[in-house]
Amino acid sequence: MAINFDKAFGIHQHTIGIRSRRTEVLAGNIANADTPGYKARDIDFKDALQNAKSRSGVFLDRTHESHKFAQSFSMAQSGELYRVSNQPDTGDGNTVDTEVERNLFMKNSMEYQASLDFLNSKISNLRKAIKGQ
Amino acid sequence: MSLFKVLDVSATGMSAQSLRLNTTASNLANANSVSSNRDETYKARHPVFAAELNRAKGGLSSSVGVKVQGIVESDAPLNREYAPNHPKSDEDGFIFHSNVNVMEEMANMISASRSYQTNVQIADAAKQMLSKTLQMGKS
Repeated sequence: MAINFDKAFGIHQHTIGIRSRRTEVLAGNIANADTPGYKARDIDFKDALQNAKSRSGVFLDRTHESHKFAQSFSMAQSGELYRVSNQPDTGDGNTVDTEVERNLFMKNSMEYQASLDFLNSKISNLRKAIKGQ
Repeated sequence: MSLFKVLDVSATGMSAQSLRLNTTASNLANANSVSSNRDETYKARHPVFAAELNRAKGGLSSSVGVKVQGIVESDAPLNREYAPNHPKSDEDGFIFHSNVNVMEEMANMISASRSYQTNVQIADAAKQMLSKTLQMGKS
């Protein structure tokens, strides 16, 4: 039986990418906590995971008009939505709730660690199999 | 790699908040300054924040940093006081106090330093996640 890394790593290779992107989005929300008119954003995990699983990470750059369009790996935009705020009006149009964002950030980084641990154990399993111990 | 961008985003937040703290310090330092005409009187300054637009075309970046768009002077009315014996009084005997609201500035200061702390914590968490990721598969 051939070792297939894609199968061996399972879903965790996709989840870790989405979690790291979510970290970025949440950090952006927190950085803009005092920006007037900024709307808090978040990622729809289910949607993003579907997208990440169904698409391969290969895309071609078009450097000439007559090049054919190859489907791009538009991971950044998939499943990104605006958060529904708890407070209808904050006075300056900003919908970031710092406490909510911080909690989500903490939760997300725990989930990232979990994905990382899963990947780590998959790798050590593979290593054991390769070494034959 | 998105985690590197987290560091950039929280850095923009930190620099914006430190600029806000800087204007607050300037406002508080000049809260009691007086002058003899309206134009020369110190007016409270406040930074204007705006979300940094994604520079990358095609929207491949989901991070939005914060940018200081500029600094505006408050147009709140100046306090005019009749003090004919003051060395800076004008020909009618009035001096002008700056329009800095000290309570507002103190609240601003606390808010700015809290936001700064939050951004530092985010950068710290991202750093830990990164270094864990770099250790992946080593154990």
